[in-house]
Amino acid sequence: MTDQPGLAVQNVTVTFAVPRVPRAQGTGNRDRSGTPPVLDDLSLSVRSGEVVALLGPSGSGKSTLLRVIAGIIEPDGGRVLIHGVDVTRQPTHRRAVGMVFQDNQLFPHMSALDNVGFGLKMAGVGRPERSERASTWLRRVGLTGFEHRRVTNLSGGEAKRVALARTLATEPAVVLLDEPLTGLDRELHDQLAAELGSLLHDASATALLVTHDPDEAATIADRTVQLAEL
Amino acid sequence: MNRLPRWLLVALAAGPVAGLLIFYAWPFVILVVEAVTEESIRDTLGRSSTWEVVWFTAWQAVVSTVVTIAVGLTPAYVLARYEFRGRTVLVGLLTAMFVLPTVVMGAAFLALLPESLDRTVVAVIAAHVVFNLAVVVRVVGSLWEHLPTDMEAAAATLGASRWKVATQISLPLVRPAVTAAATIVFLFTFTSYGVIRILAAPGTRTIEVEVWRRATQLGDVGGAAVLALLQLAALVAIVSWSTIAQRRHAQAIGLLPTSARRRPRTAGERRFVTLVAAVVSAVAAAPLVALVVRSFSTPTGWSTTAWTDLGRAEIRPGIRIGIDPVDAIGNSLTNAAWATLFAVVVGALASLAIAAAGRAGRALDGGLMLPLATSAVTIGFGMLITFDTAPVDWRASWWLVPVGHALIAVPFVVRTCVGVLRSVDPTMSDAAATLGASPVRAWRATVVPYLWRPLAVGAVLAASISLGEFGATSFLSRSGGETMPIAIEQLLGRTGSLLQAQGFALATLLAATTVILVVLVERLQTPLTRQPER
Repeated sequence: MTDQPGLAVQNVTVTFAVPRVPRAQGTGNRDRSGTPPVLDDLSLSVRSGEVVALLGPSGSGKSTLLRVIAGIIEPDGGRVLIHGVDVTRQPTHRRAVGMVFQDNQLFPHMSALDNVGFGLKMAGVGRPERSERASTWLRRVGLTGFEHRRVTNLSGGEAKRVALARTLATEPAVVLLDEPLTGLDRELHDQLAAELGSLLHDASATALLVTHDPDEAATIADRTVQLAEL
Repeated sequence: MNRLPRWLLVALAAGPVAGLLIFYAWPFVILVVEAVTEESIRDTLGRSSTWEVVWFTAWQAVVSTVVTIAVGLTPAYVLARYEFRGRTVLVGLLTAMFVLPTVVMGAAFLALLPESLDRTVVAVIAAHVVFNLAVVVRVVGSLWEHLPTDMEAAAATLGASRWKVATQISLPLVRPAVTAAATIVFLFTFTSYGVIRILAAPGTRTIEVEVWRRATQLGDVGGAAVLALLQLAALVAIVSWSTIAQRRHAQAIGLLPTSARRRPRTAGERRFVTLVAAVVSAVAAAPLVALVVRSFSTPTGWSTTAWTDLGRAEIRPGIRIGIDPVDAIGNSLTNAAWATLFAVVVGALASLAIAAAGRAGRALDGGLMLPLATSAVTIGFGMLITFDTAPVDWRASWWLVPVGHALIAVPFVVRTCVGVLRSVDPTMSDAAATLGASPVRAWRATVVPYLWRPLAVGAVLAASISLGEFGATSFLSRSGGETMPIAIEQLLGRTGSLLQAQGFALATLLAATTVILVVLVERLQTPLTRQPER
């Protein structure tokens, strides 16, 4: 099934009970309550091994889309398919998606190594192999020797690298990146953008990157999509 | 400079310091020096019954704590994470359970549980659990509410099921709060007195009950003193351990500035929230409902006799049992009025002194908190053995019980007032000085006006504490001067369905009064604690 897209989003609609900032092109309002939908009948496809950047202003529903794909938010309508399989009703932990959060969400009660190894532990990988693979990933993101560091003592760039390694270590079918480089200083931002691009390509990852920065999108992604055009 | 004159601070602090020295420090010294002799230590610690009591006290407290935490974590999670109709009422109901006098709680479980469970350890533990659920819900919930939900989502994207998220992420992160809640519950159940006196079999005794029994029933003052100090040592050890444990497991978690509460979204979530809310409401409301129902029930059917004949506590015409429920209500109200007055005056003076003075203020603050750390039974016991010889034979004085109550209530008055007084912007006083006000005048104009509102809250708290106080009162009250909690305990301890029903009626009355007072406190407090929205 090589012609199946790695990730397909079909006609997804999300309406929050609480009114949020509506989409600019919020036409075709289907919601019964009259609240404009955050995502309105949106479709998107990412080929297997392709890195797509999704551009749009803040409040446009980019993060919401990632959360729908990850299963953190249930859509009011539409489907999410991963490698051709409909996962719309699957809970998050069975979807094989990896997600890098804007604020990392590292587990503060675990070391860097245990953070990176957490996904492997959930997959049932035994301790020796887990440590080895997690160490390899720490080395790959340039954090050799950081294994037993507490994640609460890391710098912004180091924490971001741990978050990337943690997500990629489980080799997810789809990698979701929610404004992963926001809030870093310019120099670090550019350096990490380049590293992130090569990490994703080396891993042949199917990835959807959400950002509001066109330069960042161009550095990391194979293709850029404007949310407003979907 | 613009400091308040020393004489004013001394004048403010003199009363509270004197009260603390006479009614707390002196009895405590008497307890240690006079009652604790080598002989009483050897005798008490050598007796196997002492260790049976210690063992029972410890294990029932451990079991009560473990069950309370186990039962309380789910409601804590639901109330912290979900917004639903009736949520505030449910939190209020749990809080109401927690502030009920121990005697009322004991009475409620006596009313609720089937006769086969009356006077058993199961009944005691059940009462302890429901009593303390609010501690878990409030202490753990207040952290849970602010934990970033995205951290749990992150774990789920890494393949963690709901169960794994709960056990590997959520619980480890709320662990410091769980430790804190467990410590509080343990302290309450380890020093359980009123609940045990009413619910447990006569031979089942915690250290507190044993102190009371040896001091007042057996006349073994030395033995009682040794046990009271043994308990104090155990409490100090537990609090120290808990403080260290909480510090060790404290995480630097990026907490959310606002609550992460939201409405349940999926059908499964709605079912879960509804189920938990329904079960918790039932568990919390059932004892109170049972209390009211039992006050109307007699062996021959429903009857209002217990309420209408509350003043006629006679077994048969002409044969009185020596307790008059209506008198008890009068005694309680009189005591509460005086205790509130004492606590408010002492608390106000102390709060003003503490807020104005530096290091000496903190010392006074700490000193006034000591009665809170000492059990009410120990306080009552100490006062009983101190004020029994001329010229300080005050056992018959009408004011001894209110003073005991005030001693227990003052820490609450001080805590409500000091925070508010300390938050008064000092530049206001500077501004008054530039307008020509002397330091004392500026203080009166800018600080003192802020005292009244928290003082009103403190007064209501003091009144509710006095009305429900049982530990110290059971040492200090005299025949004819029974308060409501004392009368409830005595009525429920007698056979005879009318006496029992009267006990339940009195407990219902006390429960209702306490709940009304606490609602009043919440109402008075709201405008103070509500922060401006950012």
